[in-house]
Amino acid sequence: MKLTTLTAALALMAGTAMAQDTVRMGTEGAYPPYNFINDAGEVDGFERALGDELCKRAELTCEWVTNEWDSIIPNLVSGNYDVIIAGMSITAERDEVIDFTQDYYPPTASAYVGLSADADIMGGTVSAQVSTIQAGYVAETGATLLEFATPDETIAAVRSGEAVAVLADYDYLAPIVEASGGELMFVGEPVPLGGGVGMGLRETDTELKDAMNAAITSMKEDGTLNALLAEWFPSDAPPSY
Amino acid sequence: MFSMCASPETLAGFNWLLCYLTTAKHMSLYYSFGTVLLLLAITAPAAMLFGFGGAMAARSRVLPLQWFGKAYISVVRGVPDIAFFLFFVIALDQGVEYLRHVVKCPDWDQPIRQGNDFIVCDIAKLPLGNAAQWVHEIYGFSLAVLTFAIVFGAFAANVLYGGMRAVPRPQLETAEAYGMTSRQTFWRILVPQMWVFALPGLSNLWMVLIKSTPLLFLLGVEDIVYWSRELGGTKTPQFTDFPHGDWRVWYFLFLLVFYLAFTRLSEVVLDRVMARLTRGQATAAGEAHRKALVT
Repeated sequence: MKLTTLTAALALMAGTAMAQDTVRMGTEGAYPPYNFINDAGEVDGFERALGDELCKRAELTCEWVTNEWDSIIPNLVSGNYDVIIAGMSITAERDEVIDFTQDYYPPTASAYVGLSADADIMGGTVSAQVSTIQAGYVAETGATLLEFATPDETIAAVRSGEAVAVLADYDYLAPIVEASGGELMFVGEPVPLGGGVGMGLRETDTELKDAMNAAITSMKEDGTLNALLAEWFPSDAPPSY
Repeated sequence: MFSMCASPETLAGFNWLLCYLTTAKHMSLYYSFGTVLLLLAITAPAAMLFGFGGAMAARSRVLPLQWFGKAYISVVRGVPDIAFFLFFVIALDQGVEYLRHVVKCPDWDQPIRQGNDFIVCDIAKLPLGNAAQWVHEIYGFSLAVLTFAIVFGAFAANVLYGGMRAVPRPQLETAEAYGMTSRQTFWRILVPQMWVFALPGLSNLWMVLIKSTPLLFLLGVEDIVYWSRELGGTKTPQFTDFPHGDWRVWYFLFLLVFYLAFTRLSEVVLDRVMARLTRGQATAAGEAHRKALVT
């Protein structure tokens, strides 16, 4: 009897302590290997593993929610969730609206993928996801930009011939090119874009930002971040710090 | 679900498909059909209530009430659905949170808006930041129902307003001649007769409502179109046990069949309601019904 009361009291205390520190993590769930919905219908991927570890280190309880990419920033600033962890590159434009933690994925290359190696990526139609750094880049080249709401649709547009190539993060494209069995291939040289990938937070949320920054630093120092990167982005030279 | 599904790479043909269609992710798709049907079941009566209220207000003799009714009908009907869903819901959400903030945190000295951020004290958040995920989902769902009810209520109000005006004037004069008050005339003579004029317009609205549920995803509610797109997209073998190409066409074909079957069913039901309502009415259809009974 005593034991049950004690356990109940402990559970209650733990419950309140945790309840105050619930952080809602907003992601897209459509950008493997960064984040995707697995067969069990749950958020999975590099950022799921990373986010859970960061929350553990910062002693926070984290709840995962998905949101459409296009409205992911407005929903953060109006308070529907507290963190964007969705493969979002740190850019000056976004930094005006929200704040970023330090990068947990080093500045990366974007790449073109098309059906043939001589696709006209500078003058033809190139697809990219809406509101991405890649879409901004394509608009500045001579190519015609074709925007889609989800990453998957940008690839489908290349397969159907609607676009001659797609511009996206190299690590998103690599598994797709590999699985296509020669149908899709990289075109031209990789394009270095963005200042690394970080978590997005409200500008007023400095406390949470400091906690997350400290957790990322500790993961960088003890090598767990490099191990995670090697696990989710396997290649001869996986990204590392 | 089935024991054989533990190692999907060994399966082929029908068994593979069976396992594929029973993954937890597919269960989310089937579950979302329930969400959509529940939304329709709640929204349709709610929109009718809004519509009836709007129509009554628009034909009220009290001038401010009449202005309110007419303004509701014309403003909401004029704003595009998608703009309404993006703007109104966020404004409503923030408005409610602001009111709670004023009541619950009188000592708060910081501004509500800091740059782009909307900041209220923690206990004013709705739902509370530490609430379980299902509370957030119910809240989002309720916002969706309310928004749908307001939007479709405005259209329904216009239809009902038209229906009320279409009831033949002599019917109302007869009621008045019998000494009925204006309230009695409204409820006993006008309302029972107006449905037959309003029903074609209302059935149109119902059809449009059935097909506008993808707007739900703007509010974070995952509906059947979201899950179909997500499940149908190309899946590479690194990230799933069931890799496949672009199957969106099959999923959307399934949705097409679902929507067609659902609208067909609605048509059948609405036709029956129409037949029931025309009985004894002073309309061409009611007259035809009477003659069919006589001969």
